[in-house]
Amino acid sequence: MLAIVIFLPLAAAALLALPRLGARAAGWIWIAATAADLALVVAMWAGYGPGRAGGFAYETRLRWIPSVRAGYHVGVDGLSLPLIAMTSLLFLLCAVYSLRRTRRPRAYAALFLFLQTVCLGLFAALDLLLFFVFFDLAIVGMYFVIVGWGHGDRARSALKFFLYTFLGSLALLLGFIGLYLAAEPHTFDMVDLTADLTADLTADLTVGPPRAGAAVLLAVGVGLAVKTPVVPVHTWLPAAHTDAPAAGSAILAGVLLKMGTYGFARIAVPMLPEQWRAYAWAVIVIGVVSVLYGALVALAQENFKRLIAYTSVNHMGYIVLALGAAGLSGGRAARELAVSGAVTQMVSHGLITGALFLITGVLWDRAGSHDLGRFGGLAGQAPVLTGVTAVAAFASLGLPGLSGFIAEFQIFTGVIGAGAVVAGALSLLGILITAALLLRALHRAFLGGPGELTGRVTDLRAHELAAIAPLLALSLAIGVAPRWLLDLIAPAASAIVNLAGR
Amino acid sequence: MNPSPWLLPALPVLPAVTGGLLLLLGRAARRAPAGVAAGVPAGVAVTAAVLTLALAVHAAVTRPATPVRLLPGTGSSGTGSSGTGSSGTGLTGDGLLANGLVVDGLSAVMVVMVAAVGLCVLVFAAGELRTARFHGLMLLFVGAMLLTVTAGDLVLLLMGWEVMGAVSYALIGYWWHDPARVRSGAVAFLTTRAADLGLYFAAGAALAGAGSWAGGAPAPDGPAGLPAPWRDLVAGGLVVAALGKSAQLPFSFWLSRAMAGPSPVSALLHSAAMVAAGAYLLLRVQPLLAATGWAADLVAWAGALTALLLGAVALAQRELKQLLAASTCAQLGFMVAAAGVAAVAGGAAQLVAHAAVKSLLFLAAGAWLSALGTETLRRLGGAGRRYPVVGLAFGVGAVALAGVPPLSLWVTKDTILGAVREPGLYAVLFAAGLLAAAYSAKALAAVWRPGPGRADARELTPWERAPLPVLALAAAGFGAVGLPGAFEAWGRLVGDPHAAAPSWGGLLLSGAAALTVSALTVSALTMSAATILVRTPAPVTPLPVGAAGAFLREWMGLERMAVVLVARPVLALAGALARFDDRVLDAAVTAAARAVRTLARTAAGLDDRGIDAGVEAVPRAGLAAARIVRAPFETGLDGLVRAVAAAAGRLGTLARRPQTGQVHLYFAQAAVALTLLAVAFALLR
Repeated sequence: MLAIVIFLPLAAAALLALPRLGARAAGWIWIAATAADLALVVAMWAGYGPGRAGGFAYETRLRWIPSVRAGYHVGVDGLSLPLIAMTSLLFLLCAVYSLRRTRRPRAYAALFLFLQTVCLGLFAALDLLLFFVFFDLAIVGMYFVIVGWGHGDRARSALKFFLYTFLGSLALLLGFIGLYLAAEPHTFDMVDLTADLTADLTADLTVGPPRAGAAVLLAVGVGLAVKTPVVPVHTWLPAAHTDAPAAGSAILAGVLLKMGTYGFARIAVPMLPEQWRAYAWAVIVIGVVSVLYGALVALAQENFKRLIAYTSVNHMGYIVLALGAAGLSGGRAARELAVSGAVTQMVSHGLITGALFLITGVLWDRAGSHDLGRFGGLAGQAPVLTGVTAVAAFASLGLPGLSGFIAEFQIFTGVIGAGAVVAGALSLLGILITAALLLRALHRAFLGGPGELTGRVTDLRAHELAAIAPLLALSLAIGVAPRWLLDLIAPAASAIVNLAGR
Repeated sequence: MNPSPWLLPALPVLPAVTGGLLLLLGRAARRAPAGVAAGVPAGVAVTAAVLTLALAVHAAVTRPATPVRLLPGTGSSGTGSSGTGSSGTGLTGDGLLANGLVVDGLSAVMVVMVAAVGLCVLVFAAGELRTARFHGLMLLFVGAMLLTVTAGDLVLLLMGWEVMGAVSYALIGYWWHDPARVRSGAVAFLTTRAADLGLYFAAGAALAGAGSWAGGAPAPDGPAGLPAPWRDLVAGGLVVAALGKSAQLPFSFWLSRAMAGPSPVSALLHSAAMVAAGAYLLLRVQPLLAATGWAADLVAWAGALTALLLGAVALAQRELKQLLAASTCAQLGFMVAAAGVAAVAGGAAQLVAHAAVKSLLFLAAGAWLSALGTETLRRLGGAGRRYPVVGLAFGVGAVALAGVPPLSLWVTKDTILGAVREPGLYAVLFAAGLLAAAYSAKALAAVWRPGPGRADARELTPWERAPLPVLALAAAGFGAVGLPGAFEAWGRLVGDPHAAAPSWGGLLLSGAAALTVSALTVSALTMSAATILVRTPAPVTPLPVGAAGAFLREWMGLERMAVVLVARPVLALAGALARFDDRVLDAAVTAAARAVRTLARTAAGLDDRGIDAGVEAVPRAGLAAARIVRAPFETGLDGLVRAVAAAAGRLGTLARRPQTGQVHLYFAQAAVALTLLAVAFALLR
């Protein structure tokens, strides 16, 4: 079933290669494939069952490159299932959003379907090489999305994105090879690496060449940090976002960034627990710096899309901070809460930032600009757009009742509760700055008197609303009644804390 | 014990969901025939408010508790955790973290008050404002406040608390065309949110101190039993959050900004909701404040100083709503101080009485503002006579606010004063009471003095008039709880069994003082007003004059201070970091990329000119060698020998040159040689 979920979009992409397929047909095939995929994921979720005490479900293990013990090994647990569900939903909504007015719709749809397979595969992968292949293919796919359908200085931004994240992935590969070599017998299998072998693994890494374990963590960490991204390796992000098409930005921020933080939670923390604990303070510092730096730089932005891109740096910083706190020695309950918050934040950020980027796409579609100062008073002629933006903005600033709060409250409480009192207190300032900058953006573009481009902006069309509203509705659902999600995450969070504590 | 567990969640959920639906569907309703649709939002809102009041009364009578747990307990049942502070009895701090919704005595009082004032305000608003957006937001606001006062743990409290702040932003900036009003909403929201961070911090500290998240029944002494540093951190966080929400010093300025919203918003925000939440929280965690010691003192003094200084600010105002706003800060100061001096019953009584008084005053002011188009004190002359119902109601409210016997605030204020043991604190609070008498009298005199009637003034609708007598009744009569006998029962109700009714001596003293000050103020104002009216229509005397008056009128420059000390530096830092991001970080990456490209070009050049040329050079060298080999046969061996000798001699001189005897040069040569070797190795491998 998991294999169908992963490869159904790719099959649909192949279908799009059929000659003489109209643009509308391509759009509908895209929507149908992503909708079917989402339905399968929902069925998987239902079948996963409540109260499952860890372990992987829907597991498949096939031989792939036996000479290096790399296999096609996939499965889901409470850490990956929410991300898989979020990914499927976001791709479906991007399909709905792109229903009209897209250049070369067939290639566009095929590219997104390919990306969907890659993203789903990455979150399901239980083998380091498989993970790495998907990781790099996602970079390739997104490069073509930006360069083919972007705007502005898209070739340069796309190239920057590609080279920067690709370089990061090479560091990641280096780290993976280190993990492979340290395990006895050598293997790329994640489950084997985290399970019984790991005790030997860390021992090997510590008795082998001096500081080999730290070097491996550094390589893996750098690779994932570029992807996440954290300060100071984030500068590819605003450029890529500014010039990417709206749906591409939504996928880039909503799904691709999660590959970095997911990698931390799935690979770095469980496979290098001793090193993670030793360098937890460094991770926490990077997290806090990303939180504050991202928020402050966002505060100074004039371009709506760049602003949201920088809030992503801020929001991903919370995740890094929380995972760093998992390596502290404070109360166990607090560390589990922090990790649970980190996973929740991955889902929540995907929903909220996806919605915000789709909203910027509406502005670009109508007026060809993201410049806050050239709009103003949009609430008058685009009340639905304004209402939707307001909800998304308040969700992004962590208002209770929406998913951002559930995630960030757990992170703050967990981080402070785990003993990082100062780091927690400093990162709290992030939600204040975020509030300030989002209210400022709301004020400048949507409230007050009309601006230069206000006249061109018409209200949301049906398919745009159909793409954005479900994201916010889900954010509201998580914000008001989060237990259906948190109860799924809790065993996974507990398992990660267990692994980190070995 | 718990007859219908869903009724309690329904209490905050009903208004919130109705409000949300109004916001969502409001536009659809607008397309319906105008005559039918116009009254629908208001009708829905009032109906929802009536039902909410019924639910609130039911909850107050039955005192239900519903275990709603938003976050899952860790370690399945929460006991398996390896916490640090879980030793001892009832010290787990669970009272702060996982209790769900609870209605105890204090909450019972609060829910009824919130629902009742909310209903009154919505009825009033039905006469004037008709959009679904307004009524939806108001219901959401009421729902958030109800959640705040029924929350049994910090998560739910924080939810209600922050949603209330966000909705207040939307309500203050209700007229969004006006940038100044939107900015006011943002100032209010950001200021209160800055303080709210204390609540987040407190939750984390409570978890750190308790070591566990989930657990059984609420601990009897709750957070007060946390181990030492955590207990103090929790208290600190809660105090900051409460001072911000209740607009105490130094946060007071946001309440001045909150006046930018419609008057019904002010009537709700300044009385039973929003600002009341801060005082409520402090009253609720009074044992924690007392346990730390310093927090109780801090709170007592913060409240007392706010009561005094903002009282002076109120006296200096020229606009009716600004006067009332400052007086809200001052009156809340009494409640905050009450939490500091362990007068929970007195503080709760003051809270309820003030809610009635202040909502009444703001509704009256709002009625005049919408009917006469002004709220400037000197233009309000004759307003009381022109609208006698409003005028009388306002009169009752103002007299109560002045602390004049036998109305409510006279008694409730004294229940707090009676609990103060420290003479300095008592003096400050007593003086603050006198200021209250002065500013109330100033407002009263402004609206009741004779003035020109306005021909264009509109009549008030019955909706706008209806709630005023009800609130006036409460404002006048609520002091009855302070009577001996009644007050002890009230104390048991709100969880303060040691409450003692105020002494008659204290009551007489403060009553007489309030009466005197009010009378003096009124006479001073009317005399000066009379003299001024004869000559020019100049202002009613602003009592404090000169620079001090201007300083007070500007709310002591508090907002300027916040702007200069916090907002501007943060914005400057943000700008600087953004430039750093573009010009240093990003530029460094680009420069690195460029450097790599240059390197690649160089390598490519080397490839063409070096290696490739080398390959081509081989045949050439072969030819040359052949020529050289041929040469000896032509010039003879003798010539060759001489040539070799000469070459050896030249090489000898060359080889002596680097032998300078200086070690660093040897190092440099070695480095160059190694680099060349490395390059050669890399290229030729």
